Parts: sequence; structure tokens; C-alpha cells
Amino acid sequence: MKKLEVFDPAMCCSTGVCGVDVDPVLAQFAADLKWLEEHGVTVSRHNLGQEPQAFAANPAIVKEMEAGMDRLPVLTLDGHIISTGLYPSRQQLAQKLGVALRTEEKPHIRIGTACCDPKSGCC
Amino acid sequence: MSLPAVNTRFLFFTGKGGVGKTSLSCATGLLLAEGGRRVLIVSTDPASNLDEVLGVGLNQAPTAVPGAEGLFALNIDPEAAARAYRERMVGPYRGILPAAAIQSMEEQFSGACTVEIAAFDEFSKLLGDPEATRGFDHVIFDTAPTGHTLRLLTLPTAWDEFISSSTGGASCLGPLAGLEKQKSLYAATVARLSDADETTIILVARPEVSALREAERTRGELAELGIRNQVLAINGLFSAPQSADPVAAAMSRRAAEALVGMPAALAGLPASRIPFLPRGTVGLESLRLMAHPERAEPATLDGMPETRLPPGLAGLVDEMACAGHGVIMTMGKGGVGKTSVAAAIAVALARRGGRVVLSTTDPAAHLATTLDGSVDGLKVTRIDPRQEVADYTAEVLAKAGTQLDAGGLAMLEEDLRSPCTEEIAVFRAFARTVDEGRDGFVVLDTAPTGHTILLLDAAEAYHREVMRTQGDMPDSVRQLLPRLRDKAYTHVLIVTLPEATPVHEAERLQGDLARAGIEPHAWVINQALLASGTTDPLLCQRGASELPFIRKVADELAPRCALIPWLAEAPVGVTGLAQMVV
Repeated sequence: MKKLEVFDPAMCCSTGVCGVDVDPVLAQFAADLKWLEEHGVTVSRHNLGQEPQAFAANPAIVKEMEAGMDRLPVLTLDGHIISTGLYPSRQQLAQKLGVALRTEEKPHIRIGTACCDPKSGCC
Repeated sequence: MSLPAVNTRFLFFTGKGGVGKTSLSCATGLLLAEGGRRVLIVSTDPASNLDEVLGVGLNQAPTAVPGAEGLFALNIDPEAAARAYRERMVGPYRGILPAAAIQSMEEQFSGACTVEIAAFDEFSKLLGDPEATRGFDHVIFDTAPTGHTLRLLTLPTAWDEFISSSTGGASCLGPLAGLEKQKSLYAATVARLSDADETTIILVARPEVSALREAERTRGELAELGIRNQVLAINGLFSAPQSADPVAAAMSRRAAEALVGMPAALAGLPASRIPFLPRGTVGLESLRLMAHPERAEPATLDGMPETRLPPGLAGLVDEMACAGHGVIMTMGKGGVGKTSVAAAIAVALARRGGRVVLSTTDPAAHLATTLDGSVDGLKVTRIDPRQEVADYTAEVLAKAGTQLDAGGLAMLEEDLRSPCTEEIAVFRAFARTVDEGRDGFVVLDTAPTGHTILLLDAAEAYHREVMRTQGDMPDSVRQLLPRLRDKAYTHVLIVTLPEATPVHEAERLQGDLARAGIEPHAWVINQALLASGTTDPLLCQRGASELPFIRKVADELAPRCALIPWLAEAPVGVTGLAQMVV
């Protein structure tokens, strides 16, 4: 079974409602992960603010952070980095993970930029 | 016996700010300790003065009170609890994760929610964990001002609901990692609060209409949460119905009328009455007098000491009216009369021809009743957290929701139910109100000190954030902090009473503001008996005890100072408020 891991920047929630400005990409991404799980992918998500141990235990992730905090979020598939610095769309996830995307499942979301900001000050 | 009877192990004192919760909890604790019991007094108020009342430095572990065998106290300082929590979370990763990662974690843990959550966590540990208070016969909570207390008390139920309904990993309770594990602790907290065999809630009120109305509101809200084990304590009852002194007669009459007009459900609770004490309640000796008022020496003064008093409010108002616009914020501990002072200034500005919006962020808002008349050019508004949350939620869903599929929308809706949302929504409303000061006057009666500071902290965090992002941030939010710091735009008035605790609290507030880069325009000393014209011996004794505090404010603390006497006619309605500005 495929294993997808997401290493999020420090943020208090995975949809970003706590920030100064809500980013719909985050809410969509959370839903897309759920969708992947329904298609047999094991997903685990780590937030730097809540689970720093997951970051510390992974030298590849530490290396990415040393290169710059904007490398987060990092996505790994079975331990290999497949994406840095952005939240891929459902189409991109489907492609990278080899999951078939039915037409009616395609969400009409624009690909966004940043994530819930670690400095939102809400938490 | 004037203090409330104690039949349970846990006692909660709750009530509007300034009604004497701390004094009463200390007096009750002292009486129990002197009866041979081991007692722990706990404050969860971010602006606590427990250490001052007991005369001992406190921290987050029980400290013995010198001179009172068996009496211990501790202070849950939410800021300190949050700092300790942050260090617990971040500390182990220093040197392991890159410095930038550590910094981003620290920033994540420095906002208002972390403070709230960390404080609640401490509170839960004491109430939900039997081990934490073993060895004490009684545990007395001197709780935070009402709005905040209620939030603390309703939190377990709200969170209980939130935790159980939370699905997917989208929970917004982020900063408290592993909150699920705390669930049984929080459940125990709720159970203990509503168990009449274990816990008594003491509603503290002054014999005043607004304080009693507040107590009734609290009674109803707690009863709704299943907490019905309540008693009432009327603190500071002054009775001199036959007095020829107009001030004494008015004070006595107002108290009697307030008690007669008490809401029926409140009047049905077991009640105790603590008489008016002329010397304040700081120190063990004064606390003993609360339990045994008959031991107080009779008052002998027949006049007030001579002193040069600060001028009235009119001068300040005239000066502020000149600008034609701007924000005026009254700040101070709950119960010092921020609302009345704000309303009086708003009315006075409107009468001088200004266009004025009077707005409150106080969760226990009575502005509408305080101002039961109307003046041309004056509009009264209120920042209602419930409404703000509803509006903000709708706005977010309208903006972000259109781009989401059903799954994404469900996730977003779930996160919007989080406790963070209220902070954000209220903050935006506050910024919006301050923005209105561009075109006219905005007079804001702000929330109690602790919460106000949290708001300002949030302002600081927002400020940093806003400077960094390019997002479509409302301009009002972008401008907030610079405006609060601009002395030409914003006039901060610190309101206090001429008594030990309120003056010390106000001094602390001034320090907090200074750290946020905000300098108060002036101080307002409210309800000075010294200036009331009374010759009643008991009131003169109290008036004389105000002198050092009036001098301290006027001569040392305040850049400018105005004083409002204790008024025989209540400062309610347009004419009542007009007396405050002379």
C-alpha cells in the first residue's frame, strides 16, 4: 500500500481559518487527502507546531528546512520527496500517486500559493 | 455570620469585576483556615491581585500564607502558563531542528489561543485531577471577571462537543497537541463543577442594579450548564436609611432599592450580606474584619482631609472635541466604570456638535441601559461576539466556499467551529470600529484588562503578519496598531477607582500598554467619595483612605488626570451622565 506523508509548516489548523486570510486551498487539500485515503493510500500528516518529532526523525525533511522554511509543506511518497513548497491539486496528487481520477471527481479549484500562515497569531 | 456558609470542598467565587471576589474568597479561606482546615486559594484571573490581598508573592505552586496557618494560595497566570507550555513543546527541539523551524514553532505558540488553552489546562489539572489538590480540605477559586469566567466554565462542554464531533485531522485545536488525551481530565472538570456535594458557586454582587443583573445572568447561564449549586453574596452593603447626609442617604437608598428590585430567581438563592467596610480589604487584618464586621472600630471622622483635587472631565472633553474626530478608549479593570465614563464622554462630545459612535466590546454590555435617552449625533453600537462570529463565518464561506467541493467545504465548516474563530472575528470588528474614527468620534468602552491585552497582543501579531503578506486584508486591520499608537488619532483613558487594588491594576495596565507602544492620554479617577461632599463618618473614613491613591495617580502615574466624585444621583441616562462631565 502506498504511503503518503505530509510535512506541514507550523500552523494551528489544516484549513487555515485561524489566519488573517482564509486559504481555500488548505481546506481543499484536507479533503483531497481524505479522498486519497478512500482510494487506498495511507496518509499521515505532520504539523511542525504539533509534531516536531516527526520532522526531527527525518533527516531529509530537516535538510529541506535548512534550505529554507518555504520548502514546507513537503510531501513524501513511501519515503521519497515528491513535492516541496506547495499543496498539489487533486489532479497532481492523482497523477503522482497513480490514482485514477473520474471526471465527476475533478474539483474546480485554482492552484493556490501559500498555506495557513505560521505567523497568523491566532494560536 | 456575614460570609457565605461553606458545605463543600470546592468553592467558586464569580461576579462582575470589582465586586470583591478576591477579598471574599480570601476572607472565606482565612476563616476556614483559622477553624483548623487546610485551604488552597486559586486565582485564574490574568489580572489577579491575590498576592496583594494576602500579602505574599505567589506562583503556580501552592505557597503558604505567612500569619495564617493552613492557608495556601496559588496564581494561575495564563501568560506564564502559556510560556511554560511553549517551552515544553519547543525546548526539546532546540539544536535538533534548524533555527528557522524553532522560530516558526515559537511564533505558532505565542498567540491568544495558546494563553487561553494553557490556562484552562492548568485549571483542569486542579479541578479534574484528585492528586493535584490532595491534602487540602477546601479549594477556593477566585475566578476571573464574569465574561471570562463563563468562557472558562463553558469551555469544557463546548470542547467536549468539539472533540467528539471532530473528524479527519482537521481539528483546529492545534496548539494543544494531544488534546484527545486530556478529554477524561476535562470531563472530570465538568462533572466536578456541577456536583452539588462537591462544589458551591458563590455569585458575588455589590448591592447595585447592574451588578445584580450581572449575577442573575451568570446564575441563569450556569443553571443552563447544569450547575445549580449556587449561593449569593452581597458585598459592601451600606445602610444608613435615616442619615441626614445626602450622599449617605443616597448610597443607602440605592442599595436598598437594588436589593428590593432583585430578580426573583436570584432572590430565591441562599444569601449572605457583607457590610460596607471603610478601610479596604488588603491584608489579613482587614480580611478578618469581613468575617467579623462587629469588631471594626467605630468611625470618628466628621469631615474629609484637605487636598488639591484634580479637575473634572470637562477640560479633557473640550480638548478632545477640538480634533473633530478620532478614537477614545476607556480602559481599566472591570467594575471601575469604564462604560459610564465612555458613555458620558460620548454624550458630551455629541452635545459639543460632534458625530459620535459609542461602541462596546465588553461581553457584559449594558451601554444601552446606561444610555436610556438619545442625543443628536450619537449612535450606540456593540461588538457582539456571537454576531461577529456568524458574520465572519458567512463571509469566509462565501469567499472560500465557492471554490470548494463538498468534502473541502465540510472541512472548512468544521474548522470554523473552533474556539479560534471568535478571537479573530471580534478582532476584526474591533479594527473596523477603530477605523470609523477617521470621520467622526468613536468612543470605545473596552473589555476587561486581561482580555484587552490579549486583543492588543493579537494586534501585534497581526501587525507583523500584515506587514508580511500581500493578501486582501481589510485595510482597517492593516491600520489598527499604527492608529492605536498614534496619539493624535487615539486617546487612551485609564479609568480607576481611588482604592489600592484598582490603582495598582491600572498602573500595571499602563505598563502593558507602554510595552505595546501605546501611551495613555489621561487617567480618570471615578467615584471619589472624597469629593462627594459627604460628612457621614463611615463614608468620610473611606474617603480619607482614598487620599493616598488620588495623590499617587495625580502626582506620579498620570500624564493628565481628571476626577469624578461619587454622585448621589446615579450616572444613568443623558442627564445622569452629564453630571460626570463638569
